[in-house]
Amino acid sequence: MTMPDGRKTSAMLYLDGVHVSFDGFHAINNLSLTVAPGEMRAIIGPNGAGKTTMMDIITGKTRPDQGDVLFDGRTDLTKLDEAEIAELGIGRKFQKPTVFESQSVEDNLLLSLREDRGVRAALFRQRNPDDTDRIDRVLETIRLQGVRHQLAGSLSHGQKQWLEIGMLLAQDPKLLLVDEPVAGMTDVETHQTAELLKEINRDKTVVVVEHDMTFVRELGVKVTCLHEGTVLAEGSIDQVSENERVIEVYLGR
Amino acid sequence: MKPFLLTGTLNRSATIFLAIVATAGVLLPALNLLTPDASALHVPTYLVSLFGKYVCYAILALSIDLIWGYCGILSLGHGAFFALGGYAMGMYLMRQIGTRGVYADPVLPDFMVFLNWKSLPWYWHGFDMFWFAALMVVLVPGLLAFCFGWLAFRSRVTGVYFSIITQAMTYALLLAFFRNDFGFGGNNGLTDFKDILGFNVQADGTRAALFAASCVALAASFLICRAVVDSKLGKVLVAIRDAESRTRFLGYRVESYKLFVFTLSACIAGVAGALYVPQVGIINPSEFAPANSIEAVIWVAVGGRGTLIGAALGAVVVNYAKTVFTSGPLAPYWLFLLGALFVLVTLLMPKGLLGTWHAWYGRRKPAPTAGATPSDETEFAGEIAKPHMAE
Repeated sequence: MTMPDGRKTSAMLYLDGVHVSFDGFHAINNLSLTVAPGEMRAIIGPNGAGKTTMMDIITGKTRPDQGDVLFDGRTDLTKLDEAEIAELGIGRKFQKPTVFESQSVEDNLLLSLREDRGVRAALFRQRNPDDTDRIDRVLETIRLQGVRHQLAGSLSHGQKQWLEIGMLLAQDPKLLLVDEPVAGMTDVETHQTAELLKEINRDKTVVVVEHDMTFVRELGVKVTCLHEGTVLAEGSIDQVSENERVIEVYLGR
Repeated sequence: MKPFLLTGTLNRSATIFLAIVATAGVLLPALNLLTPDASALHVPTYLVSLFGKYVCYAILALSIDLIWGYCGILSLGHGAFFALGGYAMGMYLMRQIGTRGVYADPVLPDFMVFLNWKSLPWYWHGFDMFWFAALMVVLVPGLLAFCFGWLAFRSRVTGVYFSIITQAMTYALLLAFFRNDFGFGGNNGLTDFKDILGFNVQADGTRAALFAASCVALAASFLICRAVVDSKLGKVLVAIRDAESRTRFLGYRVESYKLFVFTLSACIAGVAGALYVPQVGIINPSEFAPANSIEAVIWVAVGGRGTLIGAALGAVVVNYAKTVFTSGPLAPYWLFLLGALFVLVTLLMPKGLLGTWHAWYGRRKPAPTAGATPSDETEFAGEIAKPHMAE
C-alpha cells in the first residue's frame, strides 16, 4: 500500500512483524503496532513483555532481526542510529530518570533545545534571548520555574522525571516515548504527570509505558497490552482490563 | 564534582592562575639572568630547567583533565602523545647538531652512522626546519589520537576498556621506539643536543627563554581548555560524562564530541612534550612507559579533576614532592608514597586539593552563592601556588 505522497502508511509510528532475539531469547515476537498522529497510547504488560526493548528498537538502540519500523509513514527507523532518530523528532524518556545532574536545570534544557547538534556549532554557540524564551516556555509547562538555577542533581525524584520530560519537549519532537514516568512518584505527582502528558498530547504524539493502572486509567487513552514480545490485547482500558488473557498474565497476579 | 557551580569563582581563579604563571615566567628567568651568582636572590640554571619541566608536566595534566575531568575519558596512555611531541622536537634538535656530532656527518645523526645507514629515512626529512618540526609536534600526536579515537569511540569503547587499550597503545609505541631499526635512536633515544633556533641549548639565556616559553604555552593551553569547557561544547562534554546515553538520545553524536576533545588534548600533550625535551636534554623510549601515563593521571586526581587549575597544580605539587623525595634518603620509597598518595586522595579527597579546598571554603563561608566571588580567593591561589613560584 503506497499513499499519494509517497508515505507507506498514515500512522505516525508503524511496527509490523518485528522480531528481536537475544541469544535465542525472543524478546520481541511478531510485534505489530500502529500509533496515529496526535494519538496518545499507553503500553502495559508484565515485566519482560518487551516494552523497553520496543522503545530501544524505535530509538535505534537495538536493531530488529526482521520486520518494518516506520516513522511518519516514510522513514525506516531500522536503518538509523540514535542521534539521527532524535533529529527526526523522536524523544525518549528513560525508565530511570536521567538528567545531567551536575548542571543546572536551565543548562539541561539549553542542551536539549532543537538546533544544530554538530561539534563546531556547539563550540561557537552564543547564548541569545530567544533561548531564554524557549526555556521559559518549557519550564512553565513542566512547572519547574522555581528551580531554574538549581543543579538538576538536587531535584526530587518527581522533579527529575518532569525535567526529563521537559528536555524532550525542548527538542520539539513529533513523537514522545515515555518509559514509566510515574514510577516512584506520590499520588499528587502522579496526577500532575497525567495532566502534563495530556497537555503535551495536544500537539504531539505520545507513547507511554506504565505499570500504574490508576495512572493509565486517568490518561483515558487507547491501551495496548504486551506479553512475551507480542500484542496481547488492544482497546480502551475497560476492554483491555476485562480481557481474560490480560487478567491471566498481567492483572490477575 | 560541580565544575559549573564553581564557574563564577573559577573566572576569578583563572585570572589569578594566569597572573601567577606570567609572574613566574618573567621572575624566574630574571632572577636567573640578572642577579649575580652570589646573591641570595639568584636562581641557579638547573632550578630554572627543573621548574620548566614541572610547567611542561602541568600542560600535560591540563590535557588529561580536559578529557578526563570534563568528558570522563580516562586515558592511561597520554604519555604517548607527550613523548611523540618530544620526539618531533628531538628530531629537529638532532638535525641541528650537523657536523658537531661524534662522526661529524653533516646530515645523518650519530646513531644512524653507527648503524651504517647511508641516507636519511624519509620520515626524517623536513625536521631540519623548525617550523616543520613545530607543526609535527602538534600534528603527529593529533593524528594518532584522531585515528585511535575514531576507531575506539565509533565502536563505543568506553570506561575501563578504553583505559586499557590506551595503555596498550603507549606500550606498543614503547616497544617500537626501543627498536634500533625503527629509526629513532633505539633505547638511547635522541640526545647530545647543541642548538635550538641557533641558540646553545645549554646556555643560561636559552634555558631561561625555554622556561618562559613553557609558561606561555601553559597559559595558552589553559585559555584554550577554558574556552572549550565554558562553551556549549563544554556543557555537552559534561553531559556525556554524566549520562552518555541521555546525550545520545538528545541527538548528539557523542563519538564526534569525544573525538574532537581527545584529539585537541593529544595536540596539547604534544606541545608539552616538545617543550620538555630541550629542557631535560634527552628523549628516549622510557617516556612511553605506561607508568608515566598513570603518574600523570595521579597528578590530575591529586590536584582535582574537572577544574583545570587543579590539574596544573597537582602536576607541580606531586613533581616537586617527587624531586624532594627522590633526592633524599627516602628515594627507594617514592613509588610507595605515590601509590599511597593516590589511594588517600581517592578515599579522603575525591575532589582533589582544589575541589576539597572549595568545598571546605564553601562550608566555612555563610550562605555562599554561585555567582558571588569570595574576596579571599587571591590569598588562596597565592598560597597554593607557592612552590611553583618561590622555591
